[in-house]
Amino acid sequence: MKKQYFINANIIDPYNSLNEIGGLIIGEDGSIEAIGKKVNKNNIPSREKVIDLNGKHIFPGLVDMRVFAGEPGYEYKENFRTLSNAALSGGVTSVVTMPNTDPIIDNVTIVDFLKRRGRDKSKINIFPSASLTKGIEGNNMTEFGLLQKKGIIAFTDGVKTIQNTRLMYRIMTSARDLNCLILQHAEDYELAKNGMINDGVIATKLGLQGISDLAELIIIERDLTLLENIKCRYHISQISSLKSVETIKRRKQRVKFTCGVSINNLSLNENDIGDFRTFLKLSPPLRTEEDRVSLVQGLNDKIIDVIVSDHKPEDEESKRLTFAQAATGASGIETLLTLSLELYHNNSVKLETIIGALTSNPAKILKINKGNLNIGNDADFCIVDINKPWIIKKNKLTSKSKNTSIENKKTQGKVMNTFVKGVELFKL
Amino acid sequence: MAAKTNKAIKVSQKHLLGIQDLSINDVNLILDDAASFIDLNKRKNKKLDILRGKTQINLFFEPSTRTQSSFELAGKRLGADVMSMNITNSAIKKGETLIDTAMTLNAMHPDLIVIRHQDSGACNLLSQKVNCSVINAGDGRREHPTQALLDALTIITRKEKIEGLKIAICGDILHSRVARSNIYLLNMLGAEVNIIAPTNLMPKDIEKFGVNIFSDMKKGLKDCDIVMMLRLQNERMSSSFISSNREYYEYYGLTQDKLIHAKNNALIMHPGPMNRGIEIDTNLADDINKSVIKEQVELGVAVRMACLKIFCE
Repeated sequence: MKKQYFINANIIDPYNSLNEIGGLIIGEDGSIEAIGKKVNKNNIPSREKVIDLNGKHIFPGLVDMRVFAGEPGYEYKENFRTLSNAALSGGVTSVVTMPNTDPIIDNVTIVDFLKRRGRDKSKINIFPSASLTKGIEGNNMTEFGLLQKKGIIAFTDGVKTIQNTRLMYRIMTSARDLNCLILQHAEDYELAKNGMINDGVIATKLGLQGISDLAELIIIERDLTLLENIKCRYHISQISSLKSVETIKRRKQRVKFTCGVSINNLSLNENDIGDFRTFLKLSPPLRTEEDRVSLVQGLNDKIIDVIVSDHKPEDEESKRLTFAQAATGASGIETLLTLSLELYHNNSVKLETIIGALTSNPAKILKINKGNLNIGNDADFCIVDINKPWIIKKNKLTSKSKNTSIENKKTQGKVMNTFVKGVELFKL
Repeated sequence: MAAKTNKAIKVSQKHLLGIQDLSINDVNLILDDAASFIDLNKRKNKKLDILRGKTQINLFFEPSTRTQSSFELAGKRLGADVMSMNITNSAIKKGETLIDTAMTLNAMHPDLIVIRHQDSGACNLLSQKVNCSVINAGDGRREHPTQALLDALTIITRKEKIEGLKIAICGDILHSRVARSNIYLLNMLGAEVNIIAPTNLMPKDIEKFGVNIFSDMKKGLKDCDIVMMLRLQNERMSSSFISSNREYYEYYGLTQDKLIHAKNNALIMHPGPMNRGIEIDTNLADDINKSVIKEQVELGVAVRMACLKIFCE
C-alpha cells in the first residue's frame, strides 16, 4: 500500500483530546504514521500526492456497541457483508454484535464459527458478544471465562433482561471474578407485559398497551444496588427516561458503571409514532419530549457515556402488520452519525462530546484499542462533511432491511469516505 | 344523475376509522341521516335500494353478536349484497396476515369493508391497502365509532340535544374502545364528561382528553343526566386489575343507592353485552323508565345504515 496524505482536515479525536486543523499520514502498513497540525503541506515531500480535505472532518471510525447482525439464522434480515457495507457508509468501523441469533451465541463452538464468518465476510471489526445465560432463557450462566478466552469482550442477553435477582447476583459475582463486562437491557417484564409504546397520552389515544418508565427504573435500581455490593464491569445498554437519567446521576457518585442511549431515543419522541408507524416500535420505547430532552442533557453532563444505533434490521413483512403484531426495532447504523450531528447543529451538544460517545467512550468501556487515532494504530477513520444536507430515503440505504425510523427526514452531515486499516472501503 | 339527492351529503373522510377523524359536520350529517331511518326500521317493509348492486364485506376477527348482526341487517335493508366473514377460524389460523387477507378481498371489488379486529389500528392498516371505504366496527381498545354515534343518537332522541348535558362513563375505561369514541364524540357535541373507574382501569393521562376523572362513583355520578356503564372486559385482562367481581360490584356496580346521586331523570345506557350483577344491577338494567339499553340496539341499525350509505358514496 502506498502512503496516503491528507491535509486541512478538522480532526477530532476525543481519546487524545485532539481537536485541531491538521493532516493525517497513513503508512504503508495501513497504520497511522502522523496526525495533527504538524502535518501540513510544508513537511510533506512535494512529489507525494496530497489530498486537501478543505476543512472536512476526520473522526476515528465509530464504535457501535449495540448491533443486531442477523447472522447466523436471520441472514435474510442482515448478514455480515450487508452489515459491513451499511456500517461503512455510516462511518462505523467497529461493532459489538448482539447474541440474539439462531443459534444463540452462548458457547465456545459457535463463537469460533462466528469469528471465522466475521473475518471472512466482514470488512469492519466485528466484536461478537455472548449471552449471559444459556439460550437467553434467564436461568443458567454461560461460560464467561472460556468465552472470554475465545475473544468475547462483552456479555448480554441482548433484547432480554435478567429478571431473577439471585441469578443477577451470581452473574455479577462471576463477572467480578473473571473481569467480564455485563451489558444489561433494563426492563421489568411484568411491568412491561404486552407493552408496545410509552405509557402515556399517545398510548391511550392509540389504544395500545403502554410500557411504564418504571419498568426500566426498577431493573436499573436493582442492578445498581447489587453493584454497590459486588463491584464488576457493568453497563446499562440503553436508557429512555428522565427518571433513569436522574437515578444514574445520583448513583454515579457512589459506584462506577456506564450507560448508553439509543440514537432513536435522543432524536425522536412518542409523537413520531403518529398513525401506528410500526417502524417506530422500539425497545426501550420512544418516550415524551421531556424524557428526550433529559437524555440530551444527560449526554452533555457525561451521565450518559455512549450513543448506540441499536441497529435492528427487520424485513418488511415483519413490519407490515398491526402494531401489536409487528416486530420491534429499527435499522439505524447508517444514520447513527448524521442523526447524532443533528444534536450539534441545533446547539444541544458539543461536537467533541458526541464524537466521544461514538468512539473513545465505547472503546474504553469495551477495553478495545479502537475508536482513537493513536499513532501506530490501525487507520480506522472516516471523513465527514458535517454540513452536507441529506434526506433519508429507505430505498437508498445499504442495509439489507429498510426499516429506518427516520424515513424522509432531512438531516445534515454525511460520511464521505471510510477507511479500515488504511484502506478506503467506502466512498460517497 | 347525482341531482336526485336533494342536498350534497359529503363527509370529510373516505373511511370511518374513528370519531377523532370526524368533523362536527360529518357527525351531524350521519346523525341526521340516521334519524331518517328510525321510522323505516319500524315499518313492515324495511327494504330500500339505496345500496343495490353494492357489495359489503363484514370482516370480523373478533367474536361479536350485536355489532355484526346490526351491520349485516343495516346493509341488507339498504339493498346491498352483504357477506359476513368470521376470520377467527379461517385464513388467519393458516398464517395469512391481515394485509394478505385485505388484498384477497380487495380483488373481489367490494364497495365497503366493515372490520372488527382485536388489535388497535388494524382498520387503519386495512384502509391503506384497499380501494373501497373501510368502516371500523371496533379495533382493540382504540375506537368503536358507530357505537358512539348510536349512543349519541339515543341521547338526542330522549334529551333533544347533547350540548350542556353531564354524562358519566363508568367502568373498565382502560380496555374500552367505546369509552374512547364516546369521549371524543360527547366532547365534540358539547357535553361535560365524567369518567369513573378504579385507577387500575383508568388509561394513563386520560384527563388530557378533556374529561373529569373520579375513582369515587357517587361523586362522579353527581347531577349526571346520563349514566353510561361499560362491561368489565375480563377477556382482555392479562393479570389482576380488580380483586373480585363482588368487590367491584360493591364500589362500581350501578345500583339504586348510587344512582340517586345522578339526576332524577337520568338515563342508563350500556353498549352490551352486560355482566348483570357485576357492573349493573339486573333490575336497573331492565327498568323501562330509566334504561335505554334496548333503544341503543334499535338505533344501532339506523346509525349503521346511515354510515354505510354515507361512506359508500
